[in-house]
Amino acid sequence: MSNNQQDFIHACFTLKAKDNTVILDIDSQIPAAGISAIFGHSGSGKTSLLRCIAGLEKAKYGKLSVNGICWQDDHTFLPTHQRPIGFVFQEASLFPHLSAKKNLHYAMKRAARPVDKEFYQRVIDVMGIEAILARYPNQLSGGERQRIAIARALLIQPRLLLMDEPLAALDQQRKQEILPYLERLHKSFDIPILYVSHAMDEVARLADHILVLDKGKVVAEGPLTDVFSRIDLPQRLEEESGVILNGTVVEKDKQWQLMRIAFADSHIWLPDSGEALAQAVRIRILAKDVSLTLSNHQDTSIVNRIAVTVSAINSQQDNAMSLVRLTMGSEYLVAKMTQKSVHHLNLAQGMKVWAQIKSVALIH
Amino acid sequence: MILSPADLAAIGLTLRLASTVTIILLIIGTPIAWWLAKTQSWLKGPVAAIVALPLVLPPTVLGFYLLIAMGPNGFIGELTQSLGLGTLPFTFWGLVVASVIYSMPFVIQPIHNAMEALGERPLEVAATLRAGPIDRFFTIVLPLAKPGFISASILGFAHTVGEFGVILMIGGNIPDETRVVSVQVYDHVESLEYAQAHTLSALLVIFSFLVLLTLYWSQRRSRNATIGVMK
Repeated sequence: MSNNQQDFIHACFTLKAKDNTVILDIDSQIPAAGISAIFGHSGSGKTSLLRCIAGLEKAKYGKLSVNGICWQDDHTFLPTHQRPIGFVFQEASLFPHLSAKKNLHYAMKRAARPVDKEFYQRVIDVMGIEAILARYPNQLSGGERQRIAIARALLIQPRLLLMDEPLAALDQQRKQEILPYLERLHKSFDIPILYVSHAMDEVARLADHILVLDKGKVVAEGPLTDVFSRIDLPQRLEEESGVILNGTVVEKDKQWQLMRIAFADSHIWLPDSGEALAQAVRIRILAKDVSLTLSNHQDTSIVNRIAVTVSAINSQQDNAMSLVRLTMGSEYLVAKMTQKSVHHLNLAQGMKVWAQIKSVALIH
Repeated sequence: MILSPADLAAIGLTLRLASTVTIILLIIGTPIAWWLAKTQSWLKGPVAAIVALPLVLPPTVLGFYLLIAMGPNGFIGELTQSLGLGTLPFTFWGLVVASVIYSMPFVIQPIHNAMEALGERPLEVAATLRAGPIDRFFTIVLPLAKPGFISASILGFAHTVGEFGVILMIGGNIPDETRVVSVQVYDHVESLEYAQAHTLSALLVIFSFLVLLTLYWSQRRSRNATIGVMK
């Protein structure tokens, strides 16, 4: 992953429905490195954005350049089949008249460069599809079909991989079955990925960067760990408020079967789920699982109590709830509480308080 | 059940006519069906209606207008004459032209339906795999619409075999040129040769039954194979 100035997708689109309602109205720079998630609820325009980038949809007013190369402006519109992309659709999209292997060959025959044997084998291995290549799509499970579809998109050797909710059509079990393949994909191939999803758990697990869309507009963008610690997200996204932290397993407590995860300036205890010492993990703490006390209560069942400083309070919302942003060294926490509690505790910016963390989700 | 040389000639002519017409219709019908399946143009309705006209028009009406159009003063007639081909009525190729028009809906509609049932998705997928429009048509549309093409061929062929009215209007009754099986049966009945009429008629009944049975089976098989549905 290089941090070259050119590693950006500059997307500027205005797309309107026939009745003139805005589907998409954005002007954004999305990093073309690692996994960038395009996150939003249904109808937020996230799939339209991906389709515009793929050239499957043509925005009337649009400018698009990828790594400094123009794909669309007032005079240019590169058709889909000339864009160096791979696309994984939401539902399986294998050609039913071709076997899994022939589906892959369809891509290889049309790839920009010849696919060398080593790369082909690596794709097959990473996706774990060697054993099912001879089958036809209707003989494969939903998860298997999606793995073939991802392999097919890789074999076209794209410079940008677009994924439109690749797991949404799968049940929870199949989803868990595919997620590790997506992580391996990310680690094994240096291809920037744009990942559209409405599922926070997928985004939290996979993404490095996130673009949050609501009603066709960008409401937040930035590194994943920053965006959800913001306390001014639109109400519709408030449920997702919380922080994502990258840490390391540093200690194990054999007696109570706990493990200690350290971040730059703080740490928390989690039930030991078998991770090795020194392993990097990503955790998510939702705002609704964080409460505040003025002193360090010892008489509580809550294990994770952290000294924090109030850095901002958002009481501008039109309901009874407030979001409070807290700093613990260089990290953030977000706590959700009633406006009554904010008033009762006399919370103000700069105040030292104790955060009690009721639950932590280990993402991976 | 012995067929006379005239009967055999009629059968041979009918098969030649039906094969020629089916091949021509597959060639010109495919692009029309594709256009109908894809276009957003207001012309779609009118064109689809014209294609379907032979389904409702009496064969005599169609035959009458074709006779005029292909005659020495009709626009098709003038064209063929200027090309040095003479006029088409009462010739084999006159029958071919008339049958192509008369059987057109039976070929175009199954292909059109199969292509429409494909939806946009397979084509979008192919486009993201670097397949250009022509590539997509030959590698995705044609194979996925195959059941439609099979139905179209069977129906087009069988319908041409079963033609009578248009042929009588355009072709008359010239042995080895325009006297097809249906006309031959008519001749036999007119001359009270019921035994020969029986033989030929029974053959046509068996042929038609087998054709429809094949069609039914091929459609059921393709449904079972879920061809045309993206998996």
